[in-house]
Amino acid sequence: MRDQSATVLDVANLKTVFNTRDGEVHAVNDVSFYLKPGELLGIVGESGSGKSVTMMSLLKLLPMPPAEIRSGTIEFDGRDIREVSDKELRQIRGGEIGFIFQDPMTSLNPVFTVGFQLIEPLRVHMGMSKKQARARAAELLELVGIPDAPARLKDFPHQFSGGMRQRVMIAIALACDPKVLIADEPTTALDVTIQAQILELVKELRQKLGMAIIWITHDLGVIAEIADRVAVMYAGQIVEHAEVKELFANPQHPYTRALLETLPRMGEARAERLPSIDGQPPNLDHAPTHCEFAPRCKHAFDRCRVENPQRRNVTPAHDVACFWDAKAGGPIDA
Amino acid sequence: MLDDEKKPLVQVKNLKMHFPIYRGILKRQVGAVKAVDGISFDVFEGETLGLVGESGCGKSTVGRCVLRLYEVTEGSIDIDGTNIATLSGAELRAKRPQMQMIFQDPQASLNPRMTVGSIISEPLDEHKNMSKDEKREKVGELMDAVGLARRFADRYPHEFSGGQRQRIGIARALALNPKFIVCDEPIAALDVSIQAQVVNLLEDLQEKFGLTYLFISHDLSMVRHLATRVAVMYLGRLVELGDSETLYMTPKHPYTQALLSAVPHPDPAQAGNIDRVILEGDVPSPANPPPGCTFSTRCPRAQPICKQDSPEWTEIGEGHFAACHFIE
Repeated sequence: MRDQSATVLDVANLKTVFNTRDGEVHAVNDVSFYLKPGELLGIVGESGSGKSVTMMSLLKLLPMPPAEIRSGTIEFDGRDIREVSDKELRQIRGGEIGFIFQDPMTSLNPVFTVGFQLIEPLRVHMGMSKKQARARAAELLELVGIPDAPARLKDFPHQFSGGMRQRVMIAIALACDPKVLIADEPTTALDVTIQAQILELVKELRQKLGMAIIWITHDLGVIAEIADRVAVMYAGQIVEHAEVKELFANPQHPYTRALLETLPRMGEARAERLPSIDGQPPNLDHAPTHCEFAPRCKHAFDRCRVENPQRRNVTPAHDVACFWDAKAGGPIDA
Repeated sequence: MLDDEKKPLVQVKNLKMHFPIYRGILKRQVGAVKAVDGISFDVFEGETLGLVGESGCGKSTVGRCVLRLYEVTEGSIDIDGTNIATLSGAELRAKRPQMQMIFQDPQASLNPRMTVGSIISEPLDEHKNMSKDEKREKVGELMDAVGLARRFADRYPHEFSGGQRQRIGIARALALNPKFIVCDEPIAALDVSIQAQVVNLLEDLQEKFGLTYLFISHDLSMVRHLATRVAVMYLGRLVELGDSETLYMTPKHPYTQALLSAVPHPDPAQAGNIDRVILEGDVPSPANPPPGCTFSTRCPRAQPICKQDSPEWTEIGEGHFAACHFIE
């Protein structure tokens, strides 16, 4: 299933559970994926599918308790992040792995200048002097396309527009030359024209800096635009994984297929009725004992209701967790 | 389309909504946020007019003005022949049942302490004189119409998912048999798979009850699917309005062109060969809009004249309007 050659990040069988008063919530169930240097992995899923919790688990950013990483390994740069000391973890967070959050207003501190927030990681992680850090901070702001960068270091977050704030967030995440950048819905809060600017910027930065990126989104359009590989998540599990062109041309999982069908396409004639997925996403209050998508799936048969499908290869670079063979149009052999 | 029979249900003329800005201890007015600055459009009976634009362009304000949830600064709003911009309280109240609204956030627009049944029947209490049984029956019918099981009537909003909550909001809007509904981003807070369900429901209801929608959204592909005609708004003004197909296939205004080209295509095979117009900069503040054409600060086609004269709203094709000095 996996290409072991040179991965920067290799996550295997990650399981994250929240212990709440009403019982356990199985937010991430047996998730495995890898990231190769310089590539962009897109993770798609709806709200509550576990995309963000997966990423927060990677850096242990979740409040524990109630969260608990129950099992799995997170191999980064030859170490298991689950095992490293707090000190080392601090080096990784914001240093070797950068993080961009969805809402740039709440993730920037409103009482400090943008310059201060940019300089802080440079001083802490890179051990730069104030002067060096200030120069580097201005450079970074320039890199992400903020005009008049040296002067704007003195401004506070509220003095920037939404798109500019997201650029600042990107600059902070890039400050310490991370090997991996995790972007959690970075353009969701932005307007389309500003989103287009940010996507363009990310493409440019990838070429210049060559870091690997994990891009979380619910927008398949954005994925089509920038990702190399895609993992589709549903109910805390990865249900399909393939290269982006393969996934869009040849989707296997009924959920992926339905998601692609429900998208109204701009270039094509208008459909009379939008195909929709009936029903609701499941409650995650139990460990999966059957296919979680089965109640909404038009192909579901008996086996789907008693057994949880494991990921199987369709081609060496394309795998799906489903008992239905989309190509043959029937159940796979047991 | 039956062009001869098209008759406007809603006519908005030169609508302006300026919110005053007060400063200082004497609270003197020092300026105004020109959220809506002179726009005119019609909504024909039985159609869906899509109103699109980016956040802060004033599209929600237009929606609220059209239902007179704000006291408008200037302009007239004719709904079914009555100018509601100048109606007095009692007259307006009598008119309210005809015009309803579906809100963006079903979490915030439903009272968490009321049951679904009482939320849906509240408009009936206010405007109709119904017995308890009649009301219960009506609520049941409405819940059927929007696809909610009748047994949920005694539950509270927090027990429902986002999509179901939006259905409750829709049932409440339908309670008084309105003619005209303003849908203010009704699907923006929902997941993709649920969005399609709600959009299909809105279409079914339109057919069944002969509704007219003003559909406000920033989701251009969804608007294309739903709307008969589309109006594009930028910084308090309309920049283009036209038949949905025409507008999407041959946009004329540079802003519409940029906006449409910014929508990501869900097709990686094409991702490299799309001719994309990327706009520079951000939307200016509506408290201090640029002189002349408000789009001139970001327009790739801008000439000196654009910074001086505001372009006229002109018909450039049949039922296709735009405001630009340089329509190709």
